[in-house]
Amino acid sequence: MAEATQTGTGAGGGLELAEIGKDLAITALLGAAIFGSTIAFKTETATGGLSLVLRFEEAFFVIAAVVIGRLILLLTVWRRPGGTDRTFVPQALQTRYTEFLAKTGKAFVPIVLLFAVVFPFLPFTDRYLLDLGILILTYVMLGWGLNIVVGLAGLLDLGYVAFYAVGAYSYALLAQYFGLSFWICLPLAGILAAFWGIILGFPVLRLRGDYLAIVTLAFGEIIRIVLLNWYEFTGGPDGLSGIPRPSFFGIPFKRGEGGFADFFGLDYSSIHRIIFLYFLILVLALITNFVTIRLRRLPIGRAWEALREDEIACRSLGLNTVSIKLTAFATGAMFAGFAGSFFATRQGFISPESFTFIESALILAIVVLGGMGSQIGVVIASVAMIGGFEIFREAEQYRMLIFGLAMVMIMIWRPRGLISTREPSIFLKEKKSVSADMVAQGEGH
Amino acid sequence: MADHAKTPLLTVEHLSMRFGGLLAVNDLSMTAYRGDITALIGPNGAGKTTVFNCLTGFYKPTEGRITMHRNDGQEFLLERMDDFRITRNARVARTFQNIRLFGGMTVLENLMIAQHNPLMRASKQTIGGIFGIASFKRAEKEAVEKAEYWLEHINLTQRADDAAADLPYGDQRKLEIARAMCTGPELLCLDEPAAGLNPAESDELNKLLLFVRKECDTGILLIEHDMNVVMEISDHIVVLDYGVKIADGTADEVRSDPKVIAAYLGVEDEEVDAVEHEIEETAAEARP
Amino acid sequence: MEYFVQQLINGVTLGSIYGLIAIGYTMVYGIIGMINFAHGDIFMVGAFISLIVITALGLAASSSIFIIILALILVLVCAMIISSVFGWTLERLAYRPLRGSFRLAPLITAIGVSIVLQNYIQISQGARVKPLQPIISGGHTIMRRVDENGEFVVQISNMQILIITVTIVLMTVFSLIIARTSLGRAQRACEQDRKMASLLGINVDRTISTTFVMGAALAAVAGLMYLLYYGVIDFYIGFVAGVKAFTAAVLGGIGSLPGAMLGGLVIGLIETLWSAYFSVEYKDVAAFSMLAIVLIFLPQGLLGKPEVEKV
Repeated sequence: MAEATQTGTGAGGGLELAEIGKDLAITALLGAAIFGSTIAFKTETATGGLSLVLRFEEAFFVIAAVVIGRLILLLTVWRRPGGTDRTFVPQALQTRYTEFLAKTGKAFVPIVLLFAVVFPFLPFTDRYLLDLGILILTYVMLGWGLNIVVGLAGLLDLGYVAFYAVGAYSYALLAQYFGLSFWICLPLAGILAAFWGIILGFPVLRLRGDYLAIVTLAFGEIIRIVLLNWYEFTGGPDGLSGIPRPSFFGIPFKRGEGGFADFFGLDYSSIHRIIFLYFLILVLALITNFVTIRLRRLPIGRAWEALREDEIACRSLGLNTVSIKLTAFATGAMFAGFAGSFFATRQGFISPESFTFIESALILAIVVLGGMGSQIGVVIASVAMIGGFEIFREAEQYRMLIFGLAMVMIMIWRPRGLISTREPSIFLKEKKSVSADMVAQGEGH
Repeated sequence: MADHAKTPLLTVEHLSMRFGGLLAVNDLSMTAYRGDITALIGPNGAGKTTVFNCLTGFYKPTEGRITMHRNDGQEFLLERMDDFRITRNARVARTFQNIRLFGGMTVLENLMIAQHNPLMRASKQTIGGIFGIASFKRAEKEAVEKAEYWLEHINLTQRADDAAADLPYGDQRKLEIARAMCTGPELLCLDEPAAGLNPAESDELNKLLLFVRKECDTGILLIEHDMNVVMEISDHIVVLDYGVKIADGTADEVRSDPKVIAAYLGVEDEEVDAVEHEIEETAAEARP
Repeated sequence: MEYFVQQLINGVTLGSIYGLIAIGYTMVYGIIGMINFAHGDIFMVGAFISLIVITALGLAASSSIFIIILALILVLVCAMIISSVFGWTLERLAYRPLRGSFRLAPLITAIGVSIVLQNYIQISQGARVKPLQPIISGGHTIMRRVDENGEFVVQISNMQILIITVTIVLMTVFSLIIARTSLGRAQRACEQDRKMASLLGINVDRTISTTFVMGAALAAVAGLMYLLYYGVIDFYIGFVAGVKAFTAAVLGGIGSLPGAMLGGLVIGLIETLWSAYFSVEYKDVAAFSMLAIVLIFLPQGLLGKPEVEKV
């Protein structure tokens, strides 16, 4: 477990032996209750009822690992002179790190961009890495979209994936019933998602922050349940398959005459389409980013941020907070819709299973880890999260466990995310970043 | 000051506000005149801030009528309007007792947000703004100029690019007033603007308020405990106690009103000077 | 008519379970203003602990009634204690460090904790659905009508009686704790003003820990009831049950104990009646829509105090 920031440091840097002993004894006791119950006894379905499989050894190892881990933490991280700073990472180190990020962050952007553009042509890039790149970029785009809602406007949306689903199903259904092409469906999917954002957002946007979070979660679930049960229209749990693949502006990616390879005089390769998809999502993500940056410097974007800071003050200044929230909600939803239709065309198959709450949580985790409101933060967080997911691919069943643990530890370590300083949207003489502890992060701060 | 031909700017008629069993404001009628600084005073809990919240739409009054007579002759019934429309259309701006700046945004950004509505129009509801149309750029430039104008008057030009939360307390108070002025109000409602200010700062505040009245065609309605401010600059004082108006008049009239003295002290025959002294002391204690 | 009464009984039973979970939400929200998103998963853990203990004891319907009662008490105590340890540890490790941070931080951590708990149980206990043979069987017929369409019977099972009784007893006990004991007083004080409470010598940290422990213990009871009533559990039951219980807490008026119970009953009834008369597939939609409707039209809930916006 995340053994962060529990008490146990003695004053003046030294730790009393007795104190360590007591602490470890408590840890062992708690460990015994938590792991001893659930790991040591495993229920198995057997003939004629349930039977228990005893796994005392495993339980013992886990408890021992927790105790030893805690001992190491007690002797190292938490054993600092002064003793008052009990955060997981020393305050001084955090400050230094923040300064470092602020300085290098800027220079970082063009390098990342350049890398993203040449990535498909690098010698080591194979099909697997390209797919991973597409996946990461999809989450970057979703993260940027959600960043408008959560990071800028400070509205916690736990049902963001619903709009992703609306986008995906819009494309799939429009293509299926009306035979519309991807390029017509893409904007339609965005508009439909934005439309749903307004319909769902309108009644609930006057709610307090955490109520809003739960209602958006409920809406996300409602949409998923409807997709799951409306068998005639959405295919229910079987989903929709045979979704048309995108063409290169009308030229299909196929073998033989009239195909992409033929048209450009290349040898046919299935990787062409993957590379095309990669650039498609890259462009879509960059459009999202560009629009967001642009909007931030316009009155609407500034109003979003003001809303995050203090809603009552906004109202006193003549800002129509409901419509401002709605635009944030709808804009975020629109980008999710775009991403959704991309997802549908890339997969060729969609089902409600792709749009569970966990997806919303993952996107939110990316935004929060990146630093709410920070565009480059979302990129770093997406690479870390999705890349991290891939690293733990081997440990299939432990993946989500590690993801959850990481989410908890990151929040404890840096509640404000990796890049938490705020860049002003306009300046008179000199652009100064606003330090994180002044920036409010949504209602009820 | 008080003797020129007065036209009403804001009329409050029979305003009552009830919270459950508590009648916070009881049948209040008062008028703020154009070009005047009107002070609303009274002991703690007299219902002053509640009146403000009714005026600016944060509370819907239980009963009563509040009319704003704009300079161009339009009239608005404030009790029926949404809070943001009161600022946008009826041109009533306000500040808060506990300062409500956008702390994580810069001083300049604070002043720009106050000009949201004209800027939104200029940006063609954002669509034009995305493509950077010229009329928006012009409007934005003007908005920055307006902000600079106010920054000069509150002596904060040097700190335009700092986070608002970084400013010292007194500057935050002034910035909040400047921000309210950037909405282009015809009535400015200030909730204890001098609270927590030192004497020098409170003098500066007086000057700022007199400047607003003189230059901007803006009437001021002010809640204040600091009698220096109240007596020095107000043209007209309304005294509230337990939600009821107990006096209404010029500074001198109110100062010698026995009911006011009783409300503040609970005793009737005290010297006026002693009353004032006492009031100042209570006000000083009430500061955070 | 008979059908309706039968659904009413089923609804009240389900509502009791939701109500027990909702109390945990309402108490934690009342005291630290945080939605403990992982609370539904504590309920799930409680159900699993109960399952383990029942299996370990080899409890079956064939045992004598006396043994069943004794054993169930033992199961209940074990489940309550171990779930409480889970609750306490989570508060200590995941929520306490974030106290005083911005408001949404603990909510996000709680989502992380919820993911951890679900996957921990999935790994340690397996992903498959766990069936349990019914232990308490039998029931009483309370209405019977025979006409040309056949026979209509309204039954209340012993299990339902047990659930409703346990819920009433626990509700009473906990209400008394909140109303009468010094612990309850400390909780109410922290709810009003945490800083002031600590200045007056109340150990705020300990009070909050106790609140989590109490909530977890009640969730464990709900977990056992759920297990016995439905006879199947898996690692995912906490999520949906949690959202519904939260709905119940909001519906009843967050911060109010009787409100949580009342909200639980209403949600249980809505769900049961919706399934009975409309469609089973959309019963969750009905419950979730209820949440939205309540929050929009009655944000203070049925028994909560209306909030005056502070300007």
